[in-house]
Amino acid sequence: MSRTFVGMPAFPRAAREAVRDRTLRNNLRRATHTIREKRAGAVAELADWEQLRQAGKEIKDRTLRHLDHYVLQLEERVTAAGGTVHWAADATEANRIVAELVRATGEREVVKVKSMATQETGLNEALAAEGITAYETDLAELIVQLGRDRPSHILVPAIHRNRSEIWDIFRAEMGRWGRPAPDGLGDEPAELAEAARLHLREKFLRARVAVSGANFMVAETGTLVVVESEGNGRMCLTLPETLITVAGIEKVVPTWRDLEVFLQTLPRSSTAERMNPYTSTWTGVRDGDGPRHFHLVLLDNGRTATLADEVGRQALRCIRCSACLNVCPVYERAGGHAYGSVYPGPIGAILSPQLRGTESGIDASLPYASSLCGACYEVCPVAIDIPEVLVELRERVAGQAGHRAERAAMRAGRWVLEDPARLARAQRAASAVRGLVPRRIPLPGPAGAWTASRDTPQVPAESFRAWWAGRGAGGAEPGGPDQDRREPGPGGGRREHGTDRGRPDHGTEEER
Amino acid sequence: MTTEAARGPGTAAGGSRELVLGRIRAALAGRPPGERPGDVPVGRGYLDVHTDEDPAALAELLARHLTEYRAAVHRTDRSGLPAVLAGLLAARGSRTVVVPPGLPGHWLAGTTGVEQLHDEKDLLTPALLDAADSVVTGCALAVAETGTLVLDAGPGQGRRALTLVPDHHICVVEAPGQVVASLPRALPRLDPARPLTWISGPSATSDIELDRVEGVHGPRTLDVVITGPE
Ligand code: SF4
Repeated sequence: MSRTFVGMPAFPRAAREAVRDRTLRNNLRRATHTIREKRAGAVAELADWEQLRQAGKEIKDRTLRHLDHYVLQLEERVTAAGGTVHWAADATEANRIVAELVRATGEREVVKVKSMATQETGLNEALAAEGITAYETDLAELIVQLGRDRPSHILVPAIHRNRSEIWDIFRAEMGRWGRPAPDGLGDEPAELAEAARLHLREKFLRARVAVSGANFMVAETGTLVVVESEGNGRMCLTLPETLITVAGIEKVVPTWRDLEVFLQTLPRSSTAERMNPYTSTWTGVRDGDGPRHFHLVLLDNGRTATLADEVGRQALRCIRCSACLNVCPVYERAGGHAYGSVYPGPIGAILSPQLRGTESGIDASLPYASSLCGACYEVCPVAIDIPEVLVELRERVAGQAGHRAERAAMRAGRWVLEDPARLARAQRAASAVRGLVPRRIPLPGPAGAWTASRDTPQVPAESFRAWWAGRGAGGAEPGGPDQDRREPGPGGGRREHGTDRGRPDHGTEEER
Repeated sequence: MTTEAARGPGTAAGGSRELVLGRIRAALAGRPPGERPGDVPVGRGYLDVHTDEDPAALAELLARHLTEYRAAVHRTDRSGLPAVLAGLLAARGSRTVVVPPGLPGHWLAGTTGVEQLHDEKDLLTPALLDAADSVVTGCALAVAETGTLVLDAGPGQGRRALTLVPDHHICVVEAPGQVVASLPRALPRLDPARPLTWISGPSATSDIELDRVEGVHGPRTLDVVITGPE
């Protein structure tokens, strides 16, 4: 069904490993700081940002609340325009539908536009198992694919790679996939981009099947929208004979007019541009222009389960701009891979556990991969209250079998969560004691209830947060309950990341 | 009202349609009966425009924003257009230029020594487009606030591949008629049934260390000629 990266350690352990990787950390810090400042500038240009943000939220809320109506309307309009609509309950079904559609064309290779939905379903691997090769055409996805790597950022999936690493990958790997890197390739971004252009162009010109995602689907017109920078999207949407688009059911917006909101907020939030270089919209098929066959695969894969939770539902408003990643002090240190999912950062921390459930160690720990500092909420262009959903999910995790005492603690002690300083103290105390005497040492108050049941590594809240606070003091590495625990020194108290650094300097006016 | 009977004939492979719809409805069980989509409020308190809509100011803003995204912008009046286009093709050293159906004939009247590839009955193949040096088109409209050209595959623009595969795109914007201030002004003028391409500067990527680099797959050089009475 849904996909957890196999063998993925729970968040704190994965995060600790990532923090130790200096290159990764430097790449991430440089990149996220650059983009967050630019974003604040792009947002400040619009005096009505707050109203746009509110409209975006409300449009999505209306859509979600009447999703049955809107997906049916979309299906009808896409069909009327000559497209074919398929419904996939889960990842396996989506992959099977795509594989069958590709096989029906007689082709053995497809070109792909970066798409979160198909990463989520693991489409490339599923196609490979059917003998079909999927070529990623987004530059960052190409870097990830050639490097046999995993994406670490929604918008810039290779954000963890710097130019010299990319240079290495291109020289070593391009030849295996097609046209090799040019002789004498340098590591300037422009040269690397040129190498990608040459490598991919031959694939575009011969490709007969493309797979894409969609940023928006307009119910009233049946129009799909892809927002991009490089032109690989245009290539895929235009040149092949068959286009297969896989999109989550939450990508619907009611009206054509609604795009006037999202096409203002998305580019400024994601790349800090007034407008991204290319946006393509298409409605079904058109004679003599573009694909002759268009298939739309509507994907559930946990979205309806997310929809059922009236607090958690707001995660489905997400337009995948990645602004919340770029401001997140935890993401900046831990990197995208630590989240064990295609959705990293704050949005991943609330989306993955809802899409996949909270049974696995990584999914149970994700709601704790945050300090609740709130920077993510402030930048979110659809006003998703990520901290609110995190708290809700923590309660859900704590309510799982084996965590009854924690549930009691959470209920009795919401006050702890409402005061971050208190929470930090309680958590630090709890895990410090646990590190020394691992089991069943009662502490006073809610933290005592927490430690009383602590004999499983499933709820690493305290360790993550204490680790984080310790980092502020140059102290401890993260450690789960199964790790040796080094308590941060006396000066290493909780530091509200976000207030002292790492949070963009914008007030409510220019807040996205 | 959409009904399930609206499913077209092409959806035989519908997959888990009923299952997913059933799950959506179950997830929304808390919705008051009889509530309609329009009952959920959507406030549109945002602005229609962020700028002065004086035509000259809009053309100026469009030019500035396109330039900031590293398109090269050229201003001329209507009568000067053929000479500007000829000059741009010559400066580029183009020997072939793709001409979409419906491009006003006089636009390229000043151009000599450049073979015109017309995308007529026998459509130009991707390989021919790849080998072509330049393409000249008009547009459906341009948005000043965002520095955006919108092409809708209409006359003088042609199908989408024409402005995608060649490495050099010259796009003509007729001011003031084709220049609008903002997205809320643009969307009502566009027909969603047509395939639309929104272009804001040449192809670019920020995928390597978040540096914006011009030129990946789309045209790496974008010349915009704004014609107008001034
Ligand atoms: S949660 Fe909000 S800020 Fe984060 S990616 Fe989604 S839309 Fe952007």
